[in-house]
Amino acid sequence: MNGLINRAIECFARDSYGDPLWQEVTTALGIGERAFEPLMPCDPGVTARLVDGLATRLARAKADLLEDLGTYLVAQPRSEAVRRLLRFGGVDFAEFLESLEDLPDRARLAMAELDLPAIALHMQGAGVFRVEIAGADDAGLRFGPVLLGMLRAMADDYGALVLLEYRGRDAGREIIEVHLLDAAFADGRAFALAGGRAAP
Amino acid sequence: MTGGAPLTRAQAVMLDRFCPMHVVIGPTGHVIGCGPTLARIVAPRAVAGARFLELFELTRPRAVQDMATLRALDGARLRLRLRARPRYALKGQLSVLPPGDGDGGMMDGGAMDGGAMVVDLAFGMSVVEAVRDFGLSGGDFAVTDLATEMLYLLEAKTVAMEESRRLNRRLEDARHAAQEQAMTDTLTGLRNRRAFDALLARAVQAGDRFALLHLDLDFFKQVNDTHGHAAGDLVLRAAARRMLSVVRAHDVIARVGGDEFAVLLPGIDSAGTVSRVARRLIAALEEPVTDGAQCFRISASIGATLSRDRPGRTPAAILEGADRALYAAKAAGRGRHRLDAGQAAGPAARDAPGPAGTAEPGAAAQARAAVPHGPVATEAEGARVAQGVAMRSR
Repeated sequence: MNGLINRAIECFARDSYGDPLWQEVTTALGIGERAFEPLMPCDPGVTARLVDGLATRLARAKADLLEDLGTYLVAQPRSEAVRRLLRFGGVDFAEFLESLEDLPDRARLAMAELDLPAIALHMQGAGVFRVEIAGADDAGLRFGPVLLGMLRAMADDYGALVLLEYRGRDAGREIIEVHLLDAAFADGRAFALAGGRAAP
Repeated sequence: MTGGAPLTRAQAVMLDRFCPMHVVIGPTGHVIGCGPTLARIVAPRAVAGARFLELFELTRPRAVQDMATLRALDGARLRLRLRARPRYALKGQLSVLPPGDGDGGMMDGGAMDGGAMVVDLAFGMSVVEAVRDFGLSGGDFAVTDLATEMLYLLEAKTVAMEESRRLNRRLEDARHAAQEQAMTDTLTGLRNRRAFDALLARAVQAGDRFALLHLDLDFFKQVNDTHGHAAGDLVLRAAARRMLSVVRAHDVIARVGGDEFAVLLPGIDSAGTVSRVARRLIAALEEPVTDGAQCFRISASIGATLSRDRPGRTPAAILEGADRALYAAKAAGRGRHRLDAGQAAGPAARDAPGPAGTAEPGAAAQARAAVPHGPVATEAEGARVAQGVAMRSR
C-alpha cells in the first residue's frame, strides 16, 4: 500500500467533513503524518483502520463512504490529475468501460507501487456490462465501492447517462452492473489529450 | 478520384483508417490524396494538387530535390517537416506502388517513371506539442498508434515527478530542521556542544586565528538549588541573551554543559581584545535577572586561549588550554577571567589588558596585571568583581 491512498482519504475527509473531525479521527487512531506521504510505502493496515475509524465516527456504512471517496477523486478539481488520467482510457464512456481491464496496469505505469485489484468486463447485452473486481486485499479493504463512485463521476464527466448497481460480493470478487442508457446524454466535461499538465 | 488513380476505393478507405497521416503522391510528384488527420493539420485544400516536395522538406536524407531521388528512397526511414509548420518534426516511410495497382488500370504514359507513392507520417517526439496545438484527440490516431499511451505516460510521470519534487522539498525542510535542532540547545537557543565541536574543528583545520573562551557561571547552582529549576532556566535563558548581546554576530556561543558555555571569537588574536570581551561578558551576566517577583544574581568565570599562541594544537588541546585557564580563574575567586599563557610566549606579553579609560562601564579604572606563577596570566579587575559578587551572593 502507498501513502498516496491515505492522502486521498485525507483530502476527501478534510474537504467533506472539515479539519477538526479529521484531526479527531487520526488522533484517536494514533496515525501520524508519515502515513500520508505520497510515494512512500505504508502498512495496508493503516488504510483499513482509517476507513473503519472514519465510518464509525460518521456513523456511515464503509461502502457508502468509499463510494463517496471514488466520486470525490474524479469530480474534485483538487484531484484533476486522477480524472485526466482516467479520461485517457477512452474517447467515450463505452470505450472507457472497455479500458477498465487495463486500469491496474495503467495505475502501475503511473506509480509502480500502486496495486489495484484485477478488473474484468463482461458484455451482458446491449448497453449492459458486468464489472468484476477481484477480492479484497489482505487488510480487508474493498475497491468495488470506490470504483462504483468513480464510474458514477466518470459517466458525468463523459456526459453519459448510466444506471449503476453494486450487485454484491463473495469471497473472490465484487460485481458492479452498468446500464449504459445514453452515451451522449449531456455535453460532459472537456478533455484535451495534451491539455493541462497541472498537478492538483 | 481521377482516372488512373493508383489506389482502389477500398485501399484508400483502409489507408485513411490505418494511416490517418499518409500522403499519396501521384507519378508527377503532386499530392493526390492524404489521410484525415494530416488534412486537419495542413487543411485539405492546400494539400490536394500541391507538389509533395513543395509541401514537405526532407531533413534526412537531405538534398532530395526531385521525384527520381525521392522514389529511390522506397522503404527508407525519412525525417521531414511541413514547410508551412517546420516546428513539428515528422518521421515517415515511403512506399512506391507498383504501376497499375488501382482501378484505373495501367498508368497512361507515366509508367516509365514508376507508379505512385505513399508516404506514411507520424509525429515523433513532437507529438505532445502537435496534439496540443492542433487539438488532436484519440480518434485522430490509428487504433494501434501508441500516441495516446505516450501522452498518458507523460502526464502520469509529470504528476508523479511533481509529487516527488514536493516530497523532496518536505524532506529537505525536515532535514534542515532536524540538523538545526541537533545543533541547538533547546533551552537557550544557543548552539550546543556538538555544533561547537564541529565549528572548532573546522576553524582548526582551516588554520584560522581565533580566541576560545570557556565560561562557567558562578553562583548558578545556588539559584537553582534555592529557587528551583524554573528560576534556573530563566537565568540561563537571560544569560544566553545577554552574552549574545555583547559579542559580534559571527561570534559563536554554545552551551556545553549545565551552566558552562564556550565562546568562539573568529579573527581575534590579541590578549587585550579577549580581555575586553571577557569583561563585557562578565559584566553582562552580573546584571540581576528578575522574574517579576524575585531578583537573581550570578557571575561568571572565564578561561581563554588564543589559537595563535601555540599553532598546530588539536581542538582537544585548545579546549584543554581554555579549561586550564578557567580553572585558574576559578581558583583566583569568582567573576574573573584568565588567559591560558601557552608555552610559546611569556605571560607578560599577553597579560596587558585594554587601556584604562577605554574599558567598558564597570571595568576597573586601573587595570594592572599581577603576573602569577605558572602559565596562566592574570587579568585585572578580578578582585573587584569577586568582591561585588561575594557581597551579592550573601
